[in-house]
Amino acid sequence: MTAPVLRAISFVECSARERLSHIVDAGSFHEWLPPAERVTSPHLAQLGVPMAFDDGVAIGRATLAGRTIFVAAQEGEFMGGGVGEVHGAKLVGLLRRAIRGESGERPAAVVLLAESGGVRLHEANAGLIAVSEVMRALLDVRAAGIPVIVLIGGANGCFGGMGIVARCADHVVMSDIGRLAMSGPEVIEASHGVDEFDARDRALVWRTTGGKHRWLCGDCDALVDDDVAEFRAAAITGLESSKPVTLQLLETEHALLVNRLHLLDGEVGGDEAISLWARLGVVDAAGVGDLNVDAVRALRTV
Amino acid sequence: MSDIPPALESLHYRFEGAQPVGPFEPVLVGVVGSGNLEVLLEAVAGNECTVHIETSARGFGPIWEAVVSDFHQRHSLAGIRISVNDMGATPAVVSLRLDQAAQEIRP
Repeated sequence: MTAPVLRAISFVECSARERLSHIVDAGSFHEWLPPAERVTSPHLAQLGVPMAFDDGVAIGRATLAGRTIFVAAQEGEFMGGGVGEVHGAKLVGLLRRAIRGESGERPAAVVLLAESGGVRLHEANAGLIAVSEVMRALLDVRAAGIPVIVLIGGANGCFGGMGIVARCADHVVMSDIGRLAMSGPEVIEASHGVDEFDARDRALVWRTTGGKHRWLCGDCDALVDDDVAEFRAAAITGLESSKPVTLQLLETEHALLVNRLHLLDGEVGGDEAISLWARLGVVDAAGVGDLNVDAVRALRTV
Repeated sequence: MSDIPPALESLHYRFEGAQPVGPFEPVLVGVVGSGNLEVLLEAVAGNECTVHIETSARGFGPIWEAVVSDFHQRHSLAGIRISVNDMGATPAVVSLRLDQAAQEIRP
């Protein structure tokens, strides 16, 4: 093993606010509705659950490589990054502000540092509505030609409604320890049984939701190491990633998914994730788990 | 069944400080997570140091008082409002977070 010259700053170990400070240009983050404004959840106190002054998400304006962006960072430590009424409204407001028109400034991109288990169950209906509004607002931003870039590398991954939000974006960046999916491992186990999915099998969880898997399947656009500098570089690349939602784009996406669905038709001997990678044409699919990010990056076939 | 309603406990403390901290931008440290807390510092006029705590762990008032008094003895900040959202942090963690916050405004 060779020691790196500069020790990387781990994205997963940082809080949402620390991530923000490392991803955008130093000192450029200007927060909207900062903690001192105390725009907090109207629901949690009734349930005896502590509130956070920012309701678990920081939003604002910053520059990235000198260009103005709008940015949000979800705090996974607070309620698992769950989207409640205020949390969701802050995300929607950020996205809508990006397309406010002549009176507003037009950002080069909207960057979401997503870490969320999905809807905050304490605020179920309000949270569900909030997530649907986030999706609609995000697609409006895309339609205006402003790329939405999602960075995923937090310990809680990006699940539930926020998993869908991420896949609505133009550009998804993941680290190998990042996770992206709809239903989380515990949810699948609870609804379909441990024989279907053992949520405590960490290797299985990462084989089916982790960054390497998403990269090999074509569900993310960049695979990086757990290093804030790599996330920043990938976000800068993402500034040029605007992909207008066209019929052709949707048809291509559907074709990708149909192909993937049928790759596992018939008998699958052994592990399904590894079989899927092998059938996607990934060389040495069985060895993917042990490979580093550089090596996995070179294996993508889709 | 517990007869304690699901509610947060609010605690308030007030001290006279000797070290004016002057105007500063609000500072937030920590995160509201299990066994953790967030501390928000804001500048206010006057010499008071007020501490407002919202905690999900009810019935620990005397311990909070001891921890907050200890913090005030060490820093004696004046003209400051300290607001805490707590999710069951231990006294040691609370002390460290308060010190971390104080360090942010007086490096």
